[in-house]
Amino acid sequence: MATQTTRPPETRITAGAVTRKRARKETLIRFFVTANGAVAMIAVALIMLFLLKDAIPTFRYVSVTEFLLGRNWYPLDEIFGILAIILGSLLVTAVAILIALPVSLGCAIYIAEIAPRSVREILKPTVEILAGIPSIVIGFIGLVILSPLVKELFSLDSGLTALTGAITLAFMAMPTIISISEDAIVAVPSEYRDASLALGATHWQTISGALVPAAKSGITAAVMLGVGRAIGETMAVMMVTGNALHLPPKLFDSVRTLTATIATEMGEAVQGSAHYHALFAMGLVLFAITFAVNLAADVALRRSRR
Amino acid sequence: MVKETLGLKDIVAEKLTKREAQSGPVSANDTISIRNLSVYYGDNQAVKNVTMDIGARDITALIGPSGCGKSTFLRSMNRMNDLILGARTEGEIWLDATDVLSPATDVVELRKRVGMVFQRPNPFPKSIFDNVAYGPRVHGIRRRDQLEETVEQSLIRAALWDEVKDNLNKSAMDLSGGQQQRLCIARVLAVQPEVLLMDEPASALDPISTLRIEELMSELKKDYTIIIVTHNMQQAARVSTYTGFFLSGELIEFGLSTTIFTTPREKRTEDYVTGRFG
Amino acid sequence: MSAGISRRIYERFIYSLLAISALVVVAPVILIVYFLISRGGAGMTWEFFTSPPRNHMTEGGVFPAIVGTLYLMTGTLVFSVPVGILAAIYLTEYAKQGPFVRAVRLAIVNLAGVPSIVFGLFGLGLFVLALKFGASILAGSLTLALLVLPVIITASEEALLAVPESFRQASLALGATKWQTIQRVVLPNAVPGMITGIILGVSRAAGETAPILFTVAAYYLPSLPRSIFDQAMVLPYHLYVLVTQVPDAPPHIQWGTALTLLIIVLGMNLVATVIRLRFRRARKW
Repeated sequence: MATQTTRPPETRITAGAVTRKRARKETLIRFFVTANGAVAMIAVALIMLFLLKDAIPTFRYVSVTEFLLGRNWYPLDEIFGILAIILGSLLVTAVAILIALPVSLGCAIYIAEIAPRSVREILKPTVEILAGIPSIVIGFIGLVILSPLVKELFSLDSGLTALTGAITLAFMAMPTIISISEDAIVAVPSEYRDASLALGATHWQTISGALVPAAKSGITAAVMLGVGRAIGETMAVMMVTGNALHLPPKLFDSVRTLTATIATEMGEAVQGSAHYHALFAMGLVLFAITFAVNLAADVALRRSRR
Repeated sequence: MVKETLGLKDIVAEKLTKREAQSGPVSANDTISIRNLSVYYGDNQAVKNVTMDIGARDITALIGPSGCGKSTFLRSMNRMNDLILGARTEGEIWLDATDVLSPATDVVELRKRVGMVFQRPNPFPKSIFDNVAYGPRVHGIRRRDQLEETVEQSLIRAALWDEVKDNLNKSAMDLSGGQQQRLCIARVLAVQPEVLLMDEPASALDPISTLRIEELMSELKKDYTIIIVTHNMQQAARVSTYTGFFLSGELIEFGLSTTIFTTPREKRTEDYVTGRFG
Repeated sequence: MSAGISRRIYERFIYSLLAISALVVVAPVILIVYFLISRGGAGMTWEFFTSPPRNHMTEGGVFPAIVGTLYLMTGTLVFSVPVGILAAIYLTEYAKQGPFVRAVRLAIVNLAGVPSIVFGLFGLGLFVLALKFGASILAGSLTLALLVLPVIITASEEALLAVPESFRQASLALGATKWQTIQRVVLPNAVPGMITGIILGVSRAAGETAPILFTVAAYYLPSLPRSIFDQAMVLPYHLYVLVTQVPDAPPHIQWGTALTLLIIVLGMNLVATVIRLRFRRARKW
């Protein structure tokens, strides 16, 4: 054993000028980097703030209840009831998800579990391409290809219907739902699969009985994000739904959504007018809905990662 | 490797005949004094109240089973534990007159003086030259001729120069594992440290590369204070002058390697070095 | 035995359904691309790319809209990339667990979910009106930069996390400071991954219409924009105008414009994918 030495003198190498300068620089950088980290937070706060600022004056003209539940939207007469528009958005979104969910889930299961490698390597990029097509292009195709088809198929006077919008939106929501569900299914621990197969279950019984239930949270998140995508989509839906107001909105009739109303009317609204503020209030409603949906998706996603 | 098959006692005996046994305990040249060092990860105490003195220009080996705290102990000497969330250190470490653990100590200056070689070779995905020049550059050396000189000297000292001198611009990732580890040693030497911490530097290497690293260490100890963590006891016996045996965070026994591996005082040390557990 | 056979038939049936649903997703993509190429391809002449729309958009090309889109993409890049990368550096290298980080992460998730038209409203309220930039390339770029910020942060964060921890440790142990370590070791190894994310983000910006409706897009401009305070014609909005506001616009101009936009957006996606694949193959860690 090395013998105990006398303790070194209690001197400290105190930080010299170089050290201090370096430390100051590092602190400055840390501060700057952190500030940039906060930008997303500031942006969300500013979005809320600016929506509120321009939305609140609406309620000088109508009450909150009248605004949300009012049956009539005549902006030129300063009558601002958005019930029909909210229901329009909900109808198109709900039908879009009804279409997209089974297809997306089937596609996700196919990619994750069944497709041979070569097929998978074609499928995944194709889904990515679908996600990458600009909404205006999808809207254009929906307008010139899909809507005549819908008109013919259901013998309607016009092909610009809620259904056309829903089909269009379904395809826009599919990439989100497919890729997140697929991730969730692939992420299921292999013990689940092994346990199920070891009990004599077939591949399909394992998929439907063990894998999909285990991926439930992830799939829920996928659907929520799909809903968020669909309800916030603007251009495509605006081009194919005809934008007429109906209460209650019907599937085979023209329909008007929140996003389309803002997009079409903001150009005409006089800045600072009641109409202008009412459109911001509509934006606020839209923001609140998507905020809630995304929050729910985030919670589900967190649960699925655990 | 013939040496791998020799028993510990043979190795020690061989060492004793080859070179004169250390002439008594070092006292005058102590460079690192550790006093009551404890390291906690959250509620878990990984190092328990360790006190020891480590001699200058010599090799000290730290042995013990996995999870015994020897690596944590090593990493507190260059404050790498600072990087671990929730790690807390108590006690004192003195490097000459520098209070290593003091918040006032500049870790950059500290790590210049106390270099570290990691378990797995971790060269940067840069050229061989840029890897060795990394430290000097970070510390403000810009002149090309100066950098070239340092790189050459460091590679020579790390016994890698002859193998790489013609392709210094080759990616370090293309070297073999053993060469990469010697490159990492050269990279540390280029900063001109006083102390070399080696955390199982050969555990990821083949026997021949391991031997080369050991030879290199024996060479380097003329100028550097080397502390090596290993769970290869043959290695500890071969290269080190002093050995400390850790168990569950405690320093069980510390002394001349020749003693530790032949006639340890503690039963637990004897059990470990004779392979009865661990 | 017969139970086994009927079960096999049942599973065959299920698997066919799954394959069909995959087909339902893929077929429209192929159809869309096919329609665009077959109907828009004819309009794709050199003149179409290099001349302005003429005769109330019934003749000529899309040159000013391409230029405007390029300007907007550049602006988006300038405003979103530094902030996005620094934010990602904050999250991977500096952030410690706590309420602030949680708030930042939640904000990024929510920013990603904000509808594009709401970005448009916000851009109008803040950049166009409150900051008095007017409808301009500046206002449009800033709006789009916020829209793609989450994409860039998320991709950059992934790229930073992929850099092995051992590189950071080696650098710090050599006495490098945290910032030196980030600058010299972490960032250079994360750049290829970041570039992929950045291209994807900017391609998204190039295809967006709703956020630029009130912030920059012009129906028609006789000359190219001269400064960042000018409005600009932009491809997606130009397509919207051609399809909905110009009843007698010839189909080859509409389809040609749509195809041009698709080529720009998907072309960038392709470049991003190629970079990602090449980098994966080249890296040795």
